[in-house]
Amino acid sequence: MTSKDHMKGHKAGETITGAQALIRALEMENVDVMFGLPGGCILPAYDPLIESPIRHILVRHEQGAGHMAEGYAHVTGRPGVAMVTSGPAATNMVTPLCDAYMDSIPMVAITGQVGTSAIGTDAFQECDTVGITRSITKHNDLVMSADDLPLAIRQAFHIATTGRPGPTLVDIPKDVLTNSMKWHWPTDDEVADSLPGYKPVSKGHPRMIKEAAQLILKAQQPILYVGGGVLKARAASALRELAELTGIPVVTTLMARGAFPDDHPLCLGMPGMHGTAAAVTAMQKSDLLIALGSRFDDRVTGRVNSFAPHAKIIHVDIDPAEQGKVRKPDVPIVGDCRLVIEEMIKAINDLLADQKQVDITPWRSRVSGWQEQFPLTYEPSEEGGVLKPQYCLEQLRDAAPEGTILVSGVGQHQMWSSQYWKFNEPYTWVNSGGLGTMGFSVPAAIGAKVGRPDKTVWAVDGDGCFQMTAQELVTASLERIPVKIAILNNSYLGMVRQWQEMFYEERYSEVYLSQDTPNYVKWAEAMGCVGIRVDDESEVASAIDKANSINDRPVVVDFRVDAGEKVFPMVAAGQSNDDLMLHPSQNSRREFLR
Amino acid sequence: MNTANPYGSTPTHHMLSVLVQNKPGVLARVASLFARRGYNIFSLAVAPTDDPEFSRISIVVDVESAPLEQIVKQLFKLIEVVRISELDPRRSVERELMVATVRVTPEQRGQVVELANIFEGKILSVGQDAIILSMDGSPEKLDDFSDLLRQYGIIESQRTGRVALPKLDRAAKN
Repeated sequence: MTSKDHMKGHKAGETITGAQALIRALEMENVDVMFGLPGGCILPAYDPLIESPIRHILVRHEQGAGHMAEGYAHVTGRPGVAMVTSGPAATNMVTPLCDAYMDSIPMVAITGQVGTSAIGTDAFQECDTVGITRSITKHNDLVMSADDLPLAIRQAFHIATTGRPGPTLVDIPKDVLTNSMKWHWPTDDEVADSLPGYKPVSKGHPRMIKEAAQLILKAQQPILYVGGGVLKARAASALRELAELTGIPVVTTLMARGAFPDDHPLCLGMPGMHGTAAAVTAMQKSDLLIALGSRFDDRVTGRVNSFAPHAKIIHVDIDPAEQGKVRKPDVPIVGDCRLVIEEMIKAINDLLADQKQVDITPWRSRVSGWQEQFPLTYEPSEEGGVLKPQYCLEQLRDAAPEGTILVSGVGQHQMWSSQYWKFNEPYTWVNSGGLGTMGFSVPAAIGAKVGRPDKTVWAVDGDGCFQMTAQELVTASLERIPVKIAILNNSYLGMVRQWQEMFYEERYSEVYLSQDTPNYVKWAEAMGCVGIRVDDESEVASAIDKANSINDRPVVVDFRVDAGEKVFPMVAAGQSNDDLMLHPSQNSRREFLR
Repeated sequence: MNTANPYGSTPTHHMLSVLVQNKPGVLARVASLFARRGYNIFSLAVAPTDDPEFSRISIVVDVESAPLEQIVKQLFKLIEVVRISELDPRRSVERELMVATVRVTPEQRGQVVELANIFEGKILSVGQDAIILSMDGSPEKLDDFSDLLRQYGIIESQRTGRVALPKLDRAAKN
């Protein structure tokens, strides 16, 4: 019996059902909340849940459970847990699993399965869950015996949370839940022995770290290219120390917003397709990119063969397969970002004892020049004119209580959120980066609020996104999870509209939704939320104040915004980052970017 | 070597010897990883090792489809993959088994049996106008053998894919 087992009063060898063992195993993993929806094959597991201290949040659609688990994991760093039944419930979990896989979110999904004797017979609500989710989970497992359940759950949590985090899935046939077993909680050694091929590396190679330190001190135009791995490794304060020690400017990718404070003088904001001109250009002109937990995603690099053509690359990533996947590094370092950055700081300090860092003030002033010349900008609306989405975001940002968590869906509103919000703390930004899942924000915001009830959670959503998963606001109302949703409603699939305007000669194909259907205020009210509609600038501040003051139920604010507004700057898909399209009002200053 | 022979070794073929946990679904994981990442499997052989906890998958990959290093790294991310070694053909022993049904007239039968003897092949079955042979050896030897059989007419043939182990050191240690 392990000491923890003893603490919880469980006796090794005690005979219990598989279902009891499952719930007990989740308790042993310190699960405090799970998101789910019961059904046929998972029914036995829902019975012992009644006696469990684990809070269960009953969703309205299984996809919601998955995204809630992701939102919870984003803001707490702890694995989100979703439990659903077999067949259609498992296939509804596919999108969140893939989303979590792309963004390296620790998450454990538990799915019911038909009885072991019915597997492979096309039984009612049977599907090959393990087969379907194989390529979108870090690992998955079909448990064929109740005795194997505790180890399977321990492995799932261990794999989801160590190394490069990711989603895992445990598929459990109904009879495995109803059969009895002798309780046994595996020790750490038993878990390690059961996974002989799983040994994530966390400490970087000292020689590589020293080599990196030497490159850093010699670079004339270095940039810290910070990705989501820095947040996963809880490395924000180490990163800040490294940046301040070396004075190297920092870009934070979409997945890393908040890893370095936006109000820090070294912060250039987001790079990539809709990144700031300073961030995009500084990377292009750099002679050394220090990639920390970033993966040279196509939305960051633009056309790869013209990306940062003169830069040497130091690539720190815990996943060896990211090294050289897109761009060959000069110094590859496999390891946990926090541990590696800390060692890098030591190595730099050692070298500084008898050598000086190259003076990068000329580079710094060149970069600040770009920042001053090319701030994010938009054309404000004229008196009584249509609301600008960026204006709504600025107002939301300025009125947001300290430490507010911002969650977004996918599209124009997501890019504006990343651009116009000021992220000064880590874990205050939740979005779907890699998969780009429309409909992510409402359930993810609910999960985030469950994980951090002490914080205000605002979701900024598009009207297209909102219609995909809005039903989870019923869950939020009934479970008393007071999230706030700001719909930047332009009655279009805005990003698609932007591309059709710019790249398809304004031939608009199937992008218009509707200006009057649905009625978002009525819809919000029907779901137990407060609904507010805002058409004019003069109403913005009071609507936001009202929303911020409501803390006993969810609030939906329907901001009616300009449909013609486009996201700038922009690098067209497949183009070089050198061909960044600026906001039209900045075009005349273009040569400053050279 | 006959370049038209689909079994011919080319420089873009590399042999990976992958030690995996012997669990259901492991082969599916490996196969689906190759499919999902756009890597081509040229040949594949799987069997348990002397330790029944583990199996060895011998994969010949077509590296023109992706850099070998990336294939190995992605493979190693599979939780059940324990060890991967790339076997250099010059420093490993490779074996493959072939069985083939060859069309022979009674007059030709003797010639084919003689060929089989030269190549240390075996006669598995003899019919009125055909004969089934088996042969094991290096993939190149099998290529040569089937080239010679082709003039008689191969009705059908099956090869196992390569299995290999690293060669032993000849020099004494230390």
